[in-house]
Amino acid sequence: MLVTLKSRANPLSSAKEQLRLLSARNGFPPFVEKLRAAGLKPLRATGISIFQINVGKLCNQTCGHCHVDAGPDRREIMSLETAELCIRALAQTDIPAVDITGGAPELAPCFRYLVEQTKALGRHVMDRSNLTVLLVSSQADLAEFLARHQVEIIASLPYFRAAQTDAQRGEGVFEKSIAALRKLNALGYGRDGSGLKLNLVYNPAGAFLPPRQESIEKQFKRELEQKHGVAFNHLYTITNMPISRFLEFLLSTNNYEGYMERLANAFNPAAAAGVMCRTTLSVGWEGTLYDCDFNQMLELPTGFGAPRHIGAFDAAQLGARRIVTANHCYGCTAGAGSSCGGTIA
Amino acid sequence: METYYHPADLGKFSEMGKGNPELWQKFMSYYSAVFAEGALSEREKALIALAVAHAVQCPYCIDAYTQACLEKGSNVEEMTEAVHVACAIRGGASLVHGVQMRNVAGKLSM
Repeated sequence: MLVTLKSRANPLSSAKEQLRLLSARNGFPPFVEKLRAAGLKPLRATGISIFQINVGKLCNQTCGHCHVDAGPDRREIMSLETAELCIRALAQTDIPAVDITGGAPELAPCFRYLVEQTKALGRHVMDRSNLTVLLVSSQADLAEFLARHQVEIIASLPYFRAAQTDAQRGEGVFEKSIAALRKLNALGYGRDGSGLKLNLVYNPAGAFLPPRQESIEKQFKRELEQKHGVAFNHLYTITNMPISRFLEFLLSTNNYEGYMERLANAFNPAAAAGVMCRTTLSVGWEGTLYDCDFNQMLELPTGFGAPRHIGAFDAAQLGARRIVTANHCYGCTAGAGSSCGGTIA
Repeated sequence: METYYHPADLGKFSEMGKGNPELWQKFMSYYSAVFAEGALSEREKALIALAVAHAVQCPYCIDAYTQACLEKGSNVEEMTEAVHVACAIRGGASLVHGVQMRNVAGKLSM
């Protein structure tokens, strides 16, 4: 199993080192120039419709593309006190949806508290699941818990075949993911009329852009249904972000410059206008506020005078904040764009 | 190392438009129309292009359509089969000319 950058003391485990490399550019223009040319500088939030909580870096997998550098050795986990601050902040607003991510968010002790409290406020909950966590012995009742609270599951499955999935996520992960999907289907997830939403996430197993979402969704539906009897609602395509372990892959395979050029050449102003950071607020495991989960991993908190901690939450100020950008932002604006909800443009 | 083909030259393809912009525009407009979604999907067309790239042995096209196939959602197993299709047709084309050989040999022989 691949181990985290942090446990290997790899220089890329430092956000500063990643930002240094990304700002050196090597043949592609600064992101901010493209933003200016598109008439989008300064990029500003247009409200908050998704309150995204990253509860920590602990994960039962160590995927090759992980932008969090998550893994079984990571101990950064949101405390119950910080989770309470999140719920208190949420209660002051009418933000309709909470998106819980990690790591494997379900492994954090505050996960079920966040789900229960968010539902009690009448808001929609999304769980970004790696699927295999549903088979972890301590999580035997997890699937039923999620179904009982009508939690939408957004699950990673980079491809409908084992070879590509396992190459990115670890040996045997595809088979376990299929077992987890069958378990969810048995509870009604992904089945018409059940009200239990199960969406999958495709991301490329390498240094290339994702296919057109609707076309790969058809392939996934056909293959998973015919070969594995698995159903799901929608497939979201996500572009690999050139940070953390995927950045390590790009550098070690001499793909970095080509990939960054590919992203920059595919810059799409329509995707840039609709980037998810404009309608999302991201909270880190320590309660620090970020414009998105990627900025969180690069330790780029909210800027330009906006509150920086959940304890100082101010919906009006944060909903109109100016967004912090850097060259990794090309990952969200290439082609049809990329967000936690799939393509943008 | 100096080589005849440089991978970076693929990025200079548009320089061909400098000699005759009108013909270049016509070619590019036709090219885009050919690869657009139609009776065949973009993914199927990219697989055909990959096979043809191997038949005509164009390194630029192989680079470009390997990436295109992956970006259209194809996998290496499918792409390998596409290359075998090109190989079978090329090999078959040689072999079927053996009939010509047999015809000539038959005519010349007692």
